[in-house]
Amino acid sequence: MHEWALAEAVISTTSEIVEKEGIKEIREVRIKVGELQQIELDILEFALSQLKTSKFKNTKFDIETVRAELKCRVCGHRWIFNREKLDENTAEAIHFVPEIAHTYIKCPKCGSPDFEILQGRGIWLESLKGVK
Amino acid sequence: MADPRISIIDKRLKGISNIIAVSSGKGGVGKSLIASTLALTLARKGYKVGLFDLDFTSPSTHIILGVKGLYPKEEKGIIPPQVHGLKYMSIVYYSGDHASPLRGADVSNALIELLAITRWNTLDFLIIDMPPGISDATLDLVRLIKGIKFLIVTTPSQLAFETVRKLIGLLTELKIHMIGVVENMKMKESSFIKQQVESRGIAFWGEIPFDTELEEEIGNVNKLSRTVFGRKVVEIVAKNMNP
Repeated sequence: MHEWALAEAVISTTSEIVEKEGIKEIREVRIKVGELQQIELDILEFALSQLKTSKFKNTKFDIETVRAELKCRVCGHRWIFNREKLDENTAEAIHFVPEIAHTYIKCPKCGSPDFEILQGRGIWLESLKGVK
Repeated sequence: MADPRISIIDKRLKGISNIIAVSSGKGGVGKSLIASTLALTLARKGYKVGLFDLDFTSPSTHIILGVKGLYPKEEKGIIPPQVHGLKYMSIVYYSGDHASPLRGADVSNALIELLAITRWNTLDFLIIDMPPGISDATLDLVRLIKGIKFLIVTTPSQLAFETVRKLIGLLTELKIHMIGVVENMKMKESSFIKQQVESRGIAFWGEIPFDTELEEEIGNVNKLSRTVFGRKVVEIVAKNMNP
């Protein structure tokens, strides 16, 4: 249910933006969700539906998942994060704090934990459409 | 377009009356011991207290508190477990005994994540054990937490105070409230640090003698509170903190 906290963050940020921009009704909110954080999309969608205020009455939440791409800073190797290779506890730790990936994941080519998360880390508000 | 986590941080912290970062320009001056003992002392006085270990690459407050086998509950976010009357949060719940080799941007991201998802609810004090130096964690807390206060720890060494002097200079420029400076590991009579601190208009909270017995009591909070160090922290709290 950690997804609930992230859904709250999406609603809060969107509300701040629409307030600032003078938007009366939000039509669409596009959210990107990185696979590294392994967010359960159905829980996120449910939380969004429960948390939305009147300004979100006719809002479509468009959620796109993004593959987590990692790049080793030592040897330059690039690879895609694969949840299946991790045990339950490790996967859960990365779910709560994606940077914990540096504790458990190593570059498959040279073994270094010094890698960059090029994309697909966590949740990101991509765009929103509304009526002023 | 936007990182959604930033805007929820205020809401997560709004039930906390005082957020105090225990900080220093240098490592090894006793920040973690002072942060932990300060938190325990306030909790024993009946306040609602949280302790957040922000030294992600080298956390140590779990050793001081003797924390083993705990894991935060997940409930619309994460709920810090209760440890010796404190709500206690540390990255070690997730990293365990392993190293967490994090670069600056990763430290920032992990810090934002934990601030955005941790539900402290109401607290009189949240004590934050900071990593040493003036880097990402310091800059992020100043950026993200309105009204944050700093308690600065130094030793009598001119090497420690040189880095503390810079930390004080930075926080002064940023208009961040420094509630006081504690001089730890005092070995001989000298008023150098006190004079330096007071000449900058900052409260000198007091000095803690170098305690040769302290090391043996780490991990046992009852024994820790009976050490010279523990008793001195109680005295410093009584003298300087009137929430």
